[in-house]
Amino acid sequence: MFKSLVLYLKNADPLIQMSAVAIVLTLIGIVVALTYYKKWGWLWREWITTVDHKKIGIMYLICALLMLFRGGVDALLMRTQLAFPGMNFLDAQHYNEIFTTHGTIMILFVAMPMLFAMMNIAVPLQIGARDVAFPFLNAVSFWLFFFGALLFNLSFVLGGSPDAGWVSYPPLAELSHSPGPGINYYVLSLQISGIGSIATGINFIVTILKMRAPGMTLMRMPLFTWSVLASCIVIIFAFPALTVALALLGLDRIAGTHFFTMLHGGNPMMYVNLFWIWGHPEVYIAILPVYGIFSEIVSTFSKKYIFGYKSMVISLMLISVIGYFVWVHHFFTMGAGPGVNSFFAVASMAVGIPTGVKVFNWLFTMFRGRIRLTLPMLWTLAFIPCFAIGGATGVMLAAAPGDYQFHNSYVVIAHFHQTLIGGAVFGLLAGMYYWWPKMFGFKLNETLGKWAFWFFNIGFYVCFMPQYALGLMGMTRRVYTYPAATGWGTLNFVSTIGAYLMGIGFLFIVVQVLYSIRYGERDMTGDPWDGRTLEWSLPSPVPYYNFAQIPTVNGRDAWWEMKQQRKEYSLSSTKELKPIHMPNNSSLPFFMGLAFFVAGFGLVFNQFMIATVGLIGVVVCMLWRSLEKDTGHWISVDEIKQMEAS
Amino acid sequence: MVEATGSPISNQQSFEHGMEEEEKHILGFWIFLATDLVLFACLFATYLVLRTHTDGGPTEAQLFDIPMFTLETFILLTSSFTCGLAVREMRNGHLGRLMGWLAVTILLGLAFVGIEVNEFLSYSLEGATMQRSAFLSGFFTLVGTHGLHVSLGIVWMISVGIQLMRDRIQPTTARKLFNAGLYWHFLDVVWVMIYTVVYLMGVMK
Repeated sequence: MFKSLVLYLKNADPLIQMSAVAIVLTLIGIVVALTYYKKWGWLWREWITTVDHKKIGIMYLICALLMLFRGGVDALLMRTQLAFPGMNFLDAQHYNEIFTTHGTIMILFVAMPMLFAMMNIAVPLQIGARDVAFPFLNAVSFWLFFFGALLFNLSFVLGGSPDAGWVSYPPLAELSHSPGPGINYYVLSLQISGIGSIATGINFIVTILKMRAPGMTLMRMPLFTWSVLASCIVIIFAFPALTVALALLGLDRIAGTHFFTMLHGGNPMMYVNLFWIWGHPEVYIAILPVYGIFSEIVSTFSKKYIFGYKSMVISLMLISVIGYFVWVHHFFTMGAGPGVNSFFAVASMAVGIPTGVKVFNWLFTMFRGRIRLTLPMLWTLAFIPCFAIGGATGVMLAAAPGDYQFHNSYVVIAHFHQTLIGGAVFGLLAGMYYWWPKMFGFKLNETLGKWAFWFFNIGFYVCFMPQYALGLMGMTRRVYTYPAATGWGTLNFVSTIGAYLMGIGFLFIVVQVLYSIRYGERDMTGDPWDGRTLEWSLPSPVPYYNFAQIPTVNGRDAWWEMKQQRKEYSLSSTKELKPIHMPNNSSLPFFMGLAFFVAGFGLVFNQFMIATVGLIGVVVCMLWRSLEKDTGHWISVDEIKQMEAS
Repeated sequence: MVEATGSPISNQQSFEHGMEEEEKHILGFWIFLATDLVLFACLFATYLVLRTHTDGGPTEAQLFDIPMFTLETFILLTSSFTCGLAVREMRNGHLGRLMGWLAVTILLGLAFVGIEVNEFLSYSLEGATMQRSAFLSGFFTLVGTHGLHVSLGIVWMISVGIQLMRDRIQPTTARKLFNAGLYWHFLDVVWVMIYTVVYLMGVMK
């Protein structure tokens, strides 16, 4: 196998050879730097073996931003190829691989981890808990995501990337049409990270239902926590369908079964159904927590209680239920019949109603509020018109007869980028800016952030508005080149300029982070935004046991209430401190992820010995954990006093 | 909404529910079972779509052997009963009887897996492999996934048994046994579905 890999690299595209060299050099650089600064022990003890939800959140965030860079470079390569008619920058195969990895990475390895980052950082703090319900499982989830993403990215240099689109429909994704390991990489890396996502869903439902501070009833919960609960409910009902879809496709490719093949009775439509039973709820999984983030931000930066709290909660729950009954709108044209199409068209449009309720509630919250135009608030304001347009084009697409016209055209591309960028990306960036001081103890530079904001926003409209027009002019998705006679050249060129503007916006965020690490305003109070929920009652960064004393909650916006009543910026310190029980760090989650990685890598190349070793490793890790007596450790009162004083 | 923490376990009926920590694990496990149920639902749907797609190969009625799958059903349902007895003995505090019923459950589980492996092998020797037709792909995957769950359940119960020997009956081991029991009953419910939808509906045609 090793020989064939070397041979593959020798014959590969110069772009891939260069990337392979760059990866090896970067790895050597990291190893040398860690050794030189003697940071191996620190990395192992403080990060790799950690079960602290805040550190796990930070690791999710870092990985998500790195993957956003990779997915963004994919996007720019595609837009460069499409800038002019008849371009020769990428060949068809390369273009197929790039749009596949762009889609997969952006949804599964950017949106999901960024979301999990926000959940991990904010939820336990907002509900007054010391950690999530299952800290060990939380670490396992992270390492499954990490090794899944690693496996997926490995495909770029070892053996060839998947090239059947991010949905990987059979029969195109079957062995007969896509030989080689590309689709195997797709199947196994998504499977591994998907298991981690299910575990995260379970973990946060239990955390939210069982670990709230005294007095925090469900209807006193911050809206972000509510939105995470809604999102996690969708996760546990949607992700198993992805598990099945990927497992069956993997069996077809690796074990030679006939679920979705064109021969021996297979039915490709079954894959399409299973995939979208997960696939459409997935966009609600990504968007629901973002609604929660906006609710927190709008309320904080308007200095008002959120308007219509109850209707916000009800609409979150409605979206999570209705969002589960819309999947067929991804294949109206596949002949399910008018009855089925009507049901799913109406369900798809119905999602717009609770979403509209939320948008109006945000607007009413801002009405007569004392608005501060900080970075989180700017991104929230940019989100509202963007998402409104995305929602309107969504209703256009949800109408089945309209969809027969727009299907597979650039209208679809423009629509889902509008909702996913204008919704999820704007929201997650807003959340990142909002909770950044809580995570790291300093604020990000506002000026550089505003440059990023304007470049990204203007770039967004320049990039995607022409694509609606291109779609109506007949340009279909996944074409890698087009003749000048189509008349698509000008609009495509404009769109490419927009993509580069967004790229510059991203670079400003990078500069902003690097600059602020050094010069950013330090957050000494722990409450830089004059916040309303419990996380702002803690110092920044938060000590690893979170709350020295678990607070008692008397109403919504608990911290705001406390500030109003006591007019002082610290929780009562008259109460006696008690020793705190915390879970131990563990290296098992890392090794479990590694074992999954080995198993996945073996299966990608049909090396069943390697796969067996990996799977045995997984079982051994589980048994080890089961038999281990891990009762955690206690933090003494003296230690807490020391931490709280510093 | 607040749990009473660290309260002494006065009521033996709720041994495994005695502490907040164990309570969380039990709720988490119920939610995990919900995800597993969705997984099986998807496999059932796939099987129902593909069951007639035999591609000229063997059909359900030709393959399924009524005495064998009925025996499998009896064994698994009995094992669910003995598993319930083990949890009952745990609540009564009888470690010895608990271990006895747990051993019986594990042996019945092994017998079930043995019959299933035998069934799969005999089909394969007749040429009815999972590569033969879409129907057989669906059959082997659905029933095989259940069998794999049962096998994992056996490994898990052995691990819980070792921990019970080592640590006796206390909240952590009680909770682990309770969860393993939940898992086992869940697999029983799934098997009843397989028995009905796959085997009975298969031979009735």
